[in-house]
Amino acid sequence: MEENLLIIENIEKAFGSQKVLDGVSFKLNKGDVKVIVGPSGTGKSTLLRCINLLNPPDKGRIYLQNTEITQLPHSKIPSIRQKIGMVFQHFALFNHLSAIDNVALGLIKVKKMNKTDAYEKAMFELKRVGLDQHKDKYPAQLSGGQKQRVGIARALAMDPLLILFDEPTSALDPELIGEVLQVMQNLAKEGMTMICVTHEMGFAKSVANEVIFMEKGKIVEQGPPLKLFTEATHPRTREFLSKISELYGESEKK
Amino acid sequence: MSEINSNLFFLFKNMPLLLNATLTAILLTFASIFIGMAIGIIITFLRIYGSKITKKIVFAYEWVLKGTPPLIVIFIFYFGLGKYLNLGPFLSAALALGLRSSAYQAQIYRGAVLSITSEQTEAGLSLGLSRAKTFMIIIIPQALRLSLPGFTNEFTIVLKDTPLAYAVGLVEILKAGRDILNQPLTQSITGSDITGTLNPFAIFLVCALLYFLLFEVFSYLLHFLSKKYEIPGFVTDKETK
Repeated sequence: MEENLLIIENIEKAFGSQKVLDGVSFKLNKGDVKVIVGPSGTGKSTLLRCINLLNPPDKGRIYLQNTEITQLPHSKIPSIRQKIGMVFQHFALFNHLSAIDNVALGLIKVKKMNKTDAYEKAMFELKRVGLDQHKDKYPAQLSGGQKQRVGIARALAMDPLLILFDEPTSALDPELIGEVLQVMQNLAKEGMTMICVTHEMGFAKSVANEVIFMEKGKIVEQGPPLKLFTEATHPRTREFLSKISELYGESEKK
Repeated sequence: MSEINSNLFFLFKNMPLLLNATLTAILLTFASIFIGMAIGIIITFLRIYGSKITKKIVFAYEWVLKGTPPLIVIFIFYFGLGKYLNLGPFLSAALALGLRSSAYQAQIYRGAVLSITSEQTEAGLSLGLSRAKTFMIIIIPQALRLSLPGFTNEFTIVLKDTPLAYAVGLVEILKAGRDILNQPLTQSITGSDITGTLNPFAIFLVCALLYFLLFEVFSYLLHFLSKKYEIPGFVTDKETK
Protein backbone atom coordinates (compact mmCIF):
# COMPACT_ATOMS: atom_id res chain seq x y z
CA MET A 1 0.00 0.00 0.00
CA GLU A 2 1.38 3.38 -0.93
CA GLU A 3 1.98 5.99 1.70
CA ASN A 4 -0.86 8.44 1.25
CA LEU A 5 -1.37 10.89 4.08
CA LEU A 6 -5.11 11.05 3.51
CA ILE A 7 -7.38 8.84 1.44
CA ILE A 8 -10.98 9.72 0.87
CA GLU A 9 -13.07 6.91 -0.51
CA ASN A 10 -16.46 7.44 -1.98
CA ILE A 11 -17.93 9.53 0.81
CA GLU A 12 -21.55 10.55 0.90
CA LYS A 13 -23.30 12.96 3.17
CA ALA A 14 -26.91 14.10 3.32
CA PHE A 15 -28.62 16.67 5.49
CA GLY A 16 -32.19 15.47 5.71
CA SER A 17 -33.28 14.64 2.21
CA GLN A 18 -30.66 16.95 0.71
CA LYS A 19 -27.69 15.02 -0.60
CA VAL A 20 -24.65 17.24 -0.23
CA LEU A 21 -21.84 14.86 -1.07
CA ASP A 22 -22.42 12.08 -3.55
CA GLY A 23 -19.44 9.80 -3.79
CA VAL A 24 -16.30 11.90 -3.49
CA SER A 25 -12.88 10.26 -3.58
CA PHE A 26 -9.34 11.60 -3.69
CA LYS A 27 -5.92 11.06 -2.23
CA LEU A 28 -3.46 13.40 -0.63
CA ASN A 29 0.28 12.99 -0.18
CA LYS A 30 2.45 14.74 2.33
CA GLY A 31 3.21 18.25 1.10
CA ASP A 32 0.34 18.33 -1.35
CA VAL A 33 -1.70 21.49 -1.77
CA LYS A 34 -5.15 20.83 -3.15
CA VAL A 35 -7.55 23.60 -4.07
CA ILE A 36 -11.24 22.83 -4.25
CA VAL A 37 -13.43 25.12 -6.31
CA GLY A 38 -17.05 25.04 -7.35
CA PRO A 39 -20.33 26.91 -7.13
CA SER A 40 -21.72 27.58 -3.68
CA GLY A 41 -23.79 24.82 -2.17
CA THR A 42 -21.90 22.01 -3.85
CA GLY A 43 -20.57 20.50 -0.65
CA LYS A 44 -17.04 21.92 -0.58
CA SER A 45 -17.25 23.02 3.05
CA THR A 46 -19.10 19.85 3.98
CA LEU A 47 -16.26 17.84 2.48
CA LEU A 48 -13.76 19.58 4.77
CA ARG A 49 -16.04 19.08 7.75
CA CYS A 50 -16.29 15.39 6.91
CA ILE A 51 -12.52 15.11 6.96
CA ASN A 52 -12.14 16.44 10.50
CA LEU A 53 -15.32 14.66 11.56
CA LEU A 54 -17.28 17.78 12.50
CA ASN A 55 -19.93 16.27 10.20
CA PRO A 56 -18.93 12.62 9.85
CA PRO A 57 -19.87 11.18 6.44
CA ASP A 58 -22.88 8.88 6.12
CA LYS A 59 -21.09 6.47 3.79
CA GLY A 60 -17.58 5.90 2.55
CA ARG A 61 -14.26 5.81 4.33
CA ILE A 62 -11.53 8.23 5.24
CA TYR A 63 -8.03 7.08 6.08
CA LEU A 64 -5.49 9.25 7.82
CA GLN A 65 -1.98 7.78 7.66
CA ASN A 66 -3.54 4.48 6.61
CA THR A 67 -5.80 4.33 9.64
CA GLU A 68 -9.50 4.49 9.04
CA ILE A 69 -10.99 7.38 10.99
CA THR A 70 -14.62 7.05 9.90
CA GLN A 71 -15.45 4.11 12.18
CA LEU A 72 -13.83 5.37 15.36
CA PRO A 73 -15.64 5.50 18.71
CA HIS A 74 -16.58 9.00 19.87
CA SER A 75 -13.85 9.08 22.48
CA LYS A 76 -11.11 8.76 19.84
CA ILE A 77 -12.35 11.58 17.64
CA PRO A 78 -10.64 14.47 19.51
CA SER A 79 -7.24 12.85 19.05
CA ILE A 80 -7.86 12.75 15.27
CA ARG A 81 -9.05 16.35 15.13
CA GLN A 82 -5.90 17.37 16.94
CA LYS A 83 -3.89 16.23 13.92
CA ILE A 84 -6.00 18.12 11.40
CA GLY A 85 -5.90 21.91 11.49
CA MET A 86 -8.90 23.94 10.44
CA VAL A 87 -9.09 27.57 9.34
CA PHE A 88 -12.57 29.04 9.19
CA GLN A 89 -14.28 31.44 6.84
CA HIS A 90 -15.31 33.76 9.67
CA PHE A 91 -12.06 33.19 11.63
CA ALA A 92 -13.82 31.67 14.66
CA LEU A 93 -11.33 33.17 17.08
CA PHE A 94 -12.16 32.85 20.75
CA ASN A 95 -13.43 36.35 21.46
CA HIS A 96 -12.57 36.42 25.16
CA LEU A 97 -8.92 35.57 24.61
CA SER A 98 -6.01 37.65 23.32
CA ALA A 99 -4.25 36.63 20.11
CA ILE A 100 -1.52 34.73 21.93
CA ASP A 101 -4.00 33.01 24.24
CA ASN A 102 -5.99 31.92 21.20
CA VAL A 103 -2.89 30.26 19.81
CA ALA A 104 -1.70 28.80 23.12
CA LEU A 105 -5.04 27.36 24.21
CA GLY A 106 -4.80 24.11 22.27
CA LEU A 107 -1.24 23.58 23.43
CA ILE A 108 -2.15 23.99 27.08
CA LYS A 109 -5.55 22.33 27.19
CA VAL A 110 -5.14 19.62 24.56
CA LYS A 111 -1.43 18.93 24.35
CA LYS A 112 -1.00 19.59 28.08
CA MET A 113 2.15 21.57 27.43
CA ASN A 114 3.41 23.65 30.34
CA LYS A 115 2.61 27.34 30.06
CA THR A 116 6.12 28.62 29.42
CA ASP A 117 6.67 26.26 26.50
CA ALA A 118 3.16 26.83 25.18
CA TYR A 119 3.56 30.62 25.09
CA GLU A 120 6.99 30.31 23.53
CA LYS A 121 5.54 28.10 20.79
CA ALA A 122 2.52 30.40 20.39
CA MET A 123 4.86 33.37 20.04
CA PHE A 124 6.84 31.50 17.39
CA GLU A 125 3.66 30.82 15.39
CA LEU A 126 2.49 34.42 15.71
CA LYS A 127 5.85 35.56 14.37
CA ARG A 128 5.44 33.14 11.49
CA VAL A 129 2.24 34.91 10.44
CA GLY A 130 3.73 38.33 11.17
CA LEU A 131 1.62 39.20 14.21
CA ASP A 132 4.05 39.07 17.11
CA GLN A 133 3.50 42.82 17.58
CA HIS A 134 -0.19 42.22 18.20
CA LYS A 135 0.01 39.29 20.56
CA ASP A 136 -1.91 40.96 23.38
CA LYS A 137 -4.75 42.30 21.27
CA TYR A 138 -8.18 40.78 21.45
CA PRO A 139 -10.00 39.58 18.32
CA ALA A 140 -12.29 42.60 18.36
CA GLN A 141 -9.21 44.84 18.16
CA LEU A 142 -7.76 43.14 15.07
CA SER A 143 -8.57 43.62 11.41
CA GLY A 144 -10.11 40.78 9.42
CA GLY A 145 -6.81 39.85 7.83
CA GLN A 146 -5.05 39.85 11.19
CA LYS A 147 -7.81 37.71 12.70
CA GLN A 148 -7.45 35.17 9.96
CA ARG A 149 -3.70 35.07 10.43
CA VAL A 150 -4.23 34.38 14.14
CA GLY A 151 -6.59 31.61 13.03
CA ILE A 152 -3.82 30.15 10.89
CA ALA A 153 -1.28 30.46 13.72
CA ARG A 154 -3.71 28.69 16.04
CA ALA A 155 -3.97 25.78 13.60
CA LEU A 156 -0.20 25.72 13.03
CA ALA A 157 0.62 25.61 16.72
CA MET A 158 -0.83 22.13 17.01
CA ASP A 159 1.72 20.83 14.46
CA PRO A 160 -1.01 19.26 12.36
CA LEU A 161 -0.48 16.69 9.62
CA LEU A 162 -2.56 18.83 7.32
CA ILE A 163 -4.59 22.02 7.45
CA LEU A 164 -8.05 22.50 6.00
CA PHE A 165 -8.88 26.03 4.81
CA ASP A 166 -12.58 26.77 4.46
CA GLU A 167 -12.83 29.87 2.24
CA PRO A 168 -10.24 31.68 4.35
CA THR A 169 -10.39 34.93 2.40
CA SER A 170 -13.99 35.21 1.32
CA ALA A 171 -15.07 37.18 4.40
CA LEU A 172 -12.24 39.70 4.01
CA ASP A 173 -12.16 43.16 2.52
CA PRO A 174 -10.28 43.03 -0.79
CA GLU A 175 -7.25 44.93 0.50
CA LEU A 176 -6.79 42.43 3.34
CA ILE A 177 -6.83 39.28 1.21
CA GLY A 178 -3.21 39.63 0.13
CA GLU A 179 -1.69 39.32 3.60
CA VAL A 180 -3.57 36.10 4.28
CA LEU A 181 -2.73 34.58 0.90
CA GLN A 182 0.91 35.48 1.44
CA VAL A 183 0.96 33.50 4.68
CA MET A 184 -0.74 30.55 3.01
CA GLN A 185 1.69 30.66 0.12
CA ASN A 186 4.63 30.62 2.50
CA LEU A 187 3.19 27.63 4.30
CA ALA A 188 2.72 25.79 1.05
CA LYS A 189 6.33 26.49 0.12
CA GLU A 190 7.48 25.23 3.51
CA GLY A 191 5.85 21.92 2.65
CA MET A 192 2.67 22.10 4.69
CA THR A 193 -0.04 19.76 3.44
CA MET A 194 -3.16 21.77 2.70
CA ILE A 195 -6.68 21.42 1.35
CA CYS A 196 -8.11 24.82 0.49
CA VAL A 197 -11.62 25.67 -0.50
CA THR A 198 -11.02 29.01 -2.18
CA HIS A 199 -11.72 30.94 -5.31
CA GLU A 200 -8.35 32.66 -5.30
CA MET A 201 -7.12 31.36 -8.62
CA GLY A 202 -3.80 33.15 -8.36
CA PHE A 203 -3.10 31.18 -5.21
CA ALA A 204 -4.17 27.97 -6.94
CA LYS A 205 -1.89 28.66 -9.90
CA SER A 206 1.13 29.51 -7.82
CA VAL A 207 1.13 26.74 -5.21
CA ALA A 208 -1.52 24.08 -5.80
CA ASN A 209 -0.48 20.79 -7.32
CA GLU A 210 -4.07 19.90 -8.00
CA VAL A 211 -7.33 21.73 -8.47
CA ILE A 212 -10.58 19.90 -7.91
CA PHE A 213 -13.74 21.24 -9.49
CA MET A 214 -16.87 20.12 -7.65
CA GLU A 215 -20.49 20.51 -8.52
CA LYS A 216 -23.64 19.06 -6.94
CA GLY A 217 -21.74 16.91 -4.50
CA LYS A 218 -19.47 15.32 -7.08
CA ILE A 219 -16.00 15.89 -8.44
CA VAL A 220 -16.49 16.98 -12.02
CA GLU A 221 -12.86 17.33 -12.93
CA GLN A 222 -9.47 17.42 -11.27
CA GLY A 223 -5.95 18.03 -12.38
CA PRO A 224 -2.90 20.31 -12.17
CA PRO A 225 -3.99 23.97 -12.16
CA LEU A 226 -2.45 24.94 -15.49
CA LYS A 227 -4.02 22.02 -17.25
CA LEU A 228 -7.42 22.75 -15.74
CA PHE A 229 -7.25 26.44 -16.55
CA THR A 230 -6.14 26.01 -20.13
CA GLU A 231 -7.53 22.72 -21.35
CA ALA A 232 -10.37 21.62 -19.14
CA THR A 233 -12.27 18.78 -20.74
CA HIS A 234 -15.60 19.40 -19.12
CA PRO A 235 -17.57 22.42 -20.41
CA ARG A 236 -18.90 23.23 -16.92
CA THR A 237 -15.36 23.44 -15.60
CA ARG A 238 -14.34 25.85 -18.33
CA GLU A 239 -17.40 27.98 -17.84
CA PHE A 240 -16.95 28.16 -14.08
CA LEU A 241 -13.21 28.78 -14.13
CA SER A 242 -13.45 31.57 -16.69
CA LYS A 243 -16.14 33.25 -14.61
CA ILE A 244 -14.02 32.95 -11.49
CA SER A 245 -10.90 34.27 -13.22
CA GLU A 246 -12.87 37.26 -14.41
CA LEU A 247 -14.07 38.04 -10.90
CA TYR A 248 -10.92 37.32 -8.98
CA GLY A 249 -8.37 37.87 -11.74
CA GLU A 250 -7.15 41.27 -10.61
CA SER A 251 -6.24 40.61 -7.00
CA GLU A 252 -3.84 37.83 -7.89
CA LYS A 253 -1.39 39.56 -10.13
CA LYS A 254 0.54 41.03 -7.23
CA MET B 1 -40.51 61.66 71.46
CA SER B 2 -40.07 59.00 74.04
CA GLU B 3 -41.41 56.42 71.60
CA ILE B 4 -38.76 57.28 69.04
CA ASN B 5 -36.14 57.10 71.75
CA SER B 6 -37.27 53.68 72.84
CA ASN B 7 -37.26 52.41 69.25
CA LEU B 8 -33.78 53.73 68.63
CA PHE B 9 -32.56 52.29 71.88
CA PHE B 10 -34.03 48.94 70.93
CA LEU B 11 -32.45 48.92 67.55
CA PHE B 12 -29.10 49.86 68.95
CA LYS B 13 -29.29 47.18 71.57
CA ASN B 14 -30.24 44.58 68.98
CA MET B 15 -27.60 45.60 66.47
CA PRO B 16 -25.57 42.37 66.86
CA LEU B 17 -28.68 40.30 66.19
CA LEU B 18 -29.51 42.31 63.09
CA LEU B 19 -25.96 42.17 61.78
CA ASN B 20 -25.79 38.42 62.27
CA ALA B 21 -29.09 38.07 60.50
CA THR B 22 -27.79 40.19 57.63
CA LEU B 23 -24.74 37.97 57.36
CA THR B 24 -27.00 34.91 57.27
CA ALA B 25 -29.06 36.48 54.48
CA ILE B 26 -25.89 37.19 52.48
CA LEU B 27 -24.57 33.66 52.98
CA LEU B 28 -27.91 32.15 52.02
CA THR B 29 -28.00 34.27 48.86
CA PHE B 30 -24.48 33.23 47.89
CA ALA B 31 -25.09 29.55 48.62
CA SER B 32 -28.32 29.55 46.60
CA ILE B 33 -26.80 31.44 43.70
CA PHE B 34 -23.77 29.15 43.68
CA ILE B 35 -25.92 26.00 43.67
CA GLY B 36 -28.08 27.58 40.98
CA MET B 37 -25.05 28.44 38.87
CA ALA B 38 -23.43 25.00 39.08
CA ILE B 39 -26.64 23.18 38.21
CA GLY B 40 -27.72 25.90 35.78
CA ILE B 41 -24.55 25.53 33.69
CA ILE B 42 -24.95 21.75 33.50
CA ILE B 43 -28.58 22.17 32.52
CA THR B 44 -27.66 24.69 29.84
CA PHE B 45 -25.20 22.22 28.36
CA LEU B 46 -27.74 19.38 28.40
CA ARG B 47 -30.50 21.56 26.99
CA ILE B 48 -28.32 22.48 24.01
CA TYR B 49 -26.19 19.40 23.37
CA GLY B 50 -28.09 16.58 25.09
CA SER B 51 -29.91 13.75 23.39
CA LYS B 52 -33.63 14.14 22.72
CA ILE B 53 -34.55 12.36 25.93
CA THR B 54 -32.08 14.33 28.04
CA LYS B 55 -33.46 17.55 26.60
CA LYS B 56 -36.97 16.54 27.58
CA ILE B 57 -35.98 15.59 31.11
CA VAL B 58 -34.11 18.85 31.58
CA PHE B 59 -37.01 20.79 30.15
CA ALA B 60 -39.37 19.11 32.63
CA TYR B 61 -37.00 19.94 35.48
CA GLU B 62 -37.00 23.62 34.55
CA TRP B 63 -40.72 23.63 34.00
CA VAL B 64 -41.54 22.08 37.39
CA LEU B 65 -39.20 24.36 39.33
CA LYS B 66 -40.41 27.50 37.63
CA GLY B 67 -43.99 26.51 38.32
CA THR B 68 -43.65 25.73 42.02
CA PRO B 69 -43.70 28.37 44.76
CA PRO B 70 -40.24 28.36 46.36
CA LEU B 71 -41.74 28.21 49.85
CA ILE B 72 -43.23 24.82 49.05
CA VAL B 73 -39.86 23.59 47.80
CA ILE B 74 -38.28 24.78 51.06
CA PHE B 75 -40.92 22.85 53.00
CA ILE B 76 -40.32 19.76 50.91
CA PHE B 77 -36.63 19.88 51.78
CA TYR B 78 -37.08 20.82 55.44
CA PHE B 79 -40.18 18.86 56.47
CA GLY B 80 -40.50 16.32 53.65
CA LEU B 81 -36.90 15.20 53.44
CA GLY B 82 -36.51 16.06 57.11
CA LYS B 83 -38.10 12.73 58.00
CA TYR B 84 -35.09 10.94 56.59
CA LEU B 85 -32.34 13.48 56.52
CA ASN B 86 -31.99 16.44 58.77
CA LEU B 87 -30.80 19.22 56.49
CA GLY B 88 -31.50 22.06 58.87
CA PRO B 89 -33.12 25.36 57.91
CA PHE B 90 -30.13 26.94 56.16
CA LEU B 91 -29.32 24.03 53.86
CA SER B 92 -32.99 23.35 53.10
CA ALA B 93 -33.50 26.95 52.07
CA ALA B 94 -30.23 27.10 50.12
CA LEU B 95 -31.08 23.95 48.16
CA ALA B 96 -34.65 25.03 47.48
CA LEU B 97 -33.75 28.55 46.38
CA GLY B 98 -30.71 27.18 44.54
CA LEU B 99 -32.71 24.66 42.51
CA ARG B 100 -35.32 27.24 41.66
CA SER B 101 -32.57 29.66 40.64
CA SER B 102 -30.86 26.96 38.52
CA ALA B 103 -33.93 26.86 36.29
CA TYR B 104 -33.87 30.62 35.80
CA GLN B 105 -30.10 30.86 35.48
CA ALA B 106 -30.17 28.10 32.83
CA GLN B 107 -32.61 30.21 30.88
CA ILE B 108 -30.32 33.24 31.13
CA TYR B 109 -27.20 31.29 30.12
CA ARG B 110 -28.92 29.49 27.27
CA GLY B 111 -29.74 32.75 25.54
CA ALA B 112 -26.14 33.90 25.90
CA VAL B 113 -24.65 30.57 24.75
CA LEU B 114 -26.84 30.54 21.66
CA SER B 115 -25.72 34.05 20.80
CA ILE B 116 -22.08 32.90 20.56
CA THR B 117 -21.28 31.70 17.05
CA SER B 118 -21.25 27.95 16.53
CA GLU B 119 -17.99 28.44 14.60
CA GLN B 120 -16.22 29.02 17.92
CA THR B 121 -17.48 25.66 19.18
CA GLU B 122 -16.26 24.06 15.97
CA ALA B 123 -12.91 25.78 16.34
CA GLY B 124 -12.59 24.34 19.84
CA LEU B 125 -13.54 20.87 18.64
CA SER B 126 -11.09 21.18 15.74
CA LEU B 127 -8.25 21.76 18.18
CA GLY B 128 -9.08 18.42 19.77
CA LEU B 129 -11.08 19.61 22.77
CA SER B 130 -14.06 17.52 23.80
CA ARG B 131 -17.51 19.05 23.55
CA ALA B 132 -17.75 19.48 27.31
CA LYS B 133 -14.32 21.12 27.51
CA THR B 134 -15.11 23.40 24.59
CA PHE B 135 -18.23 24.44 26.43
CA MET B 136 -16.47 25.09 29.73
CA ILE B 137 -13.30 26.72 28.36
CA ILE B 138 -14.59 28.69 25.39
CA ILE B 139 -18.33 29.15 25.53
CA ILE B 140 -19.11 29.58 29.23
CA PRO B 141 -16.54 32.33 29.94
CA GLN B 142 -18.12 34.38 27.17
CA ALA B 143 -21.68 33.41 28.01
CA LEU B 144 -21.26 34.40 31.66
CA ARG B 145 -20.04 37.83 30.62
CA LEU B 146 -23.00 38.28 28.31
CA SER B 147 -25.32 37.00 31.04
CA LEU B 148 -24.29 39.53 33.66
CA PRO B 149 -27.30 41.85 33.32
CA GLY B 150 -29.74 38.93 33.61
CA PHE B 151 -27.64 37.38 36.32
CA THR B 152 -27.66 40.58 38.39
CA ASN B 153 -31.43 40.52 38.19
CA GLU B 154 -31.57 36.88 39.28
CA PHE B 155 -29.15 37.58 42.13
CA THR B 156 -31.35 40.29 43.56
CA ILE B 157 -34.45 38.10 43.22
CA VAL B 158 -32.77 35.35 45.23
CA LEU B 159 -31.64 37.94 47.79
CA LYS B 160 -35.16 39.19 48.20
CA ASP B 161 -36.51 35.64 48.50
CA THR B 162 -34.27 34.75 51.45
CA PRO B 163 -36.96 35.85 53.99
CA LEU B 164 -38.85 32.71 52.93
CA ALA B 165 -36.41 30.79 55.12
CA TYR B 166 -38.11 32.49 58.07
CA ALA B 167 -40.84 29.88 57.65
CA VAL B 168 -38.47 27.10 58.68
CA GLY B 169 -36.96 29.10 61.52
CA LEU B 170 -33.77 30.47 60.00
CA VAL B 171 -32.79 33.71 61.71
CA GLU B 172 -32.43 35.93 58.70
CA ILE B 173 -33.29 39.64 58.64
CA LEU B 174 -37.06 39.34 58.80
CA LYS B 175 -37.02 36.75 61.58
CA ALA B 176 -34.60 38.92 63.52
CA GLY B 177 -37.05 41.79 63.17
CA ARG B 178 -39.89 39.69 64.50
CA ASP B 179 -37.77 38.51 67.41
CA ILE B 180 -36.86 42.04 68.37
CA LEU B 181 -40.50 43.01 68.23
CA ASN B 182 -41.43 40.13 70.51
CA GLN B 183 -39.05 41.12 73.26
CA PRO B 184 -40.91 42.48 76.27
CA LEU B 185 -40.11 46.13 76.76
CA THR B 186 -39.66 45.98 80.51
CA GLN B 187 -37.13 43.21 80.32
CA SER B 188 -35.07 44.97 77.74
CA ILE B 189 -34.96 48.41 79.24
CA THR B 190 -34.68 47.79 82.90
CA GLY B 191 -34.23 50.82 85.05
CA SER B 192 -35.54 53.08 82.37
CA ASP B 193 -38.65 55.14 82.67
CA ILE B 194 -39.61 54.66 79.04
CA THR B 195 -42.90 52.90 78.59
CA GLY B 196 -45.18 52.19 75.65
CA THR B 197 -45.16 49.64 72.88
CA LEU B 198 -42.43 49.18 70.33
CA ASN B 199 -43.46 50.44 66.92
CA PRO B 200 -43.53 47.59 64.32
CA PHE B 201 -43.15 50.23 61.65
CA ALA B 202 -39.68 51.13 62.80
CA ILE B 203 -38.45 47.55 62.95
CA PHE B 204 -39.78 46.49 59.59
CA LEU B 205 -38.61 49.66 57.93
CA VAL B 206 -35.14 48.88 59.21
CA CYS B 207 -35.44 45.34 57.83
CA ALA B 208 -36.52 46.73 54.47
CA LEU B 209 -33.67 49.22 54.55
CA LEU B 210 -31.16 46.44 55.18
CA TYR B 211 -32.38 44.52 52.12
CA PHE B 212 -32.30 47.67 50.09
CA LEU B 213 -28.71 48.35 51.16
CA LEU B 214 -27.69 44.81 50.23
CA PHE B 215 -29.45 45.19 46.90
CA GLU B 216 -27.56 48.41 46.19
CA VAL B 217 -24.19 47.02 47.23
CA PHE B 218 -24.49 43.86 45.18
CA SER B 219 -25.91 45.59 42.13
CA TYR B 220 -22.94 47.91 42.25
CA LEU B 221 -20.46 45.06 42.72
CA LEU B 222 -21.90 43.07 39.82
CA HIS B 223 -21.85 46.12 37.62
CA PHE B 224 -18.23 46.64 38.62
CA LEU B 225 -17.49 43.01 37.72
CA SER B 226 -19.10 43.36 34.32
CA LYS B 227 -16.87 46.38 33.61
CA LYS B 228 -13.79 44.60 34.89
CA TYR B 229 -14.32 41.49 32.76
CA GLU B 230 -15.42 43.32 29.66
CA ILE B 231 -13.69 41.90 26.59
CA PRO B 232 -11.51 44.68 25.14
CA GLY B 233 -12.91 46.10 21.93
CA PHE B 234 -15.88 43.76 22.04
CA VAL B 235 -19.26 45.30 21.26
CA THR B 236 -22.28 43.38 22.44
CA ASP B 237 -24.43 44.10 19.45
CA LYS B 238 -22.00 42.46 17.08
CA GLU B 239 -21.56 43.63 13.58
CA THR B 240 -20.08 41.07 11.24
CA LYS B 241 -18.22 42.06 8.19
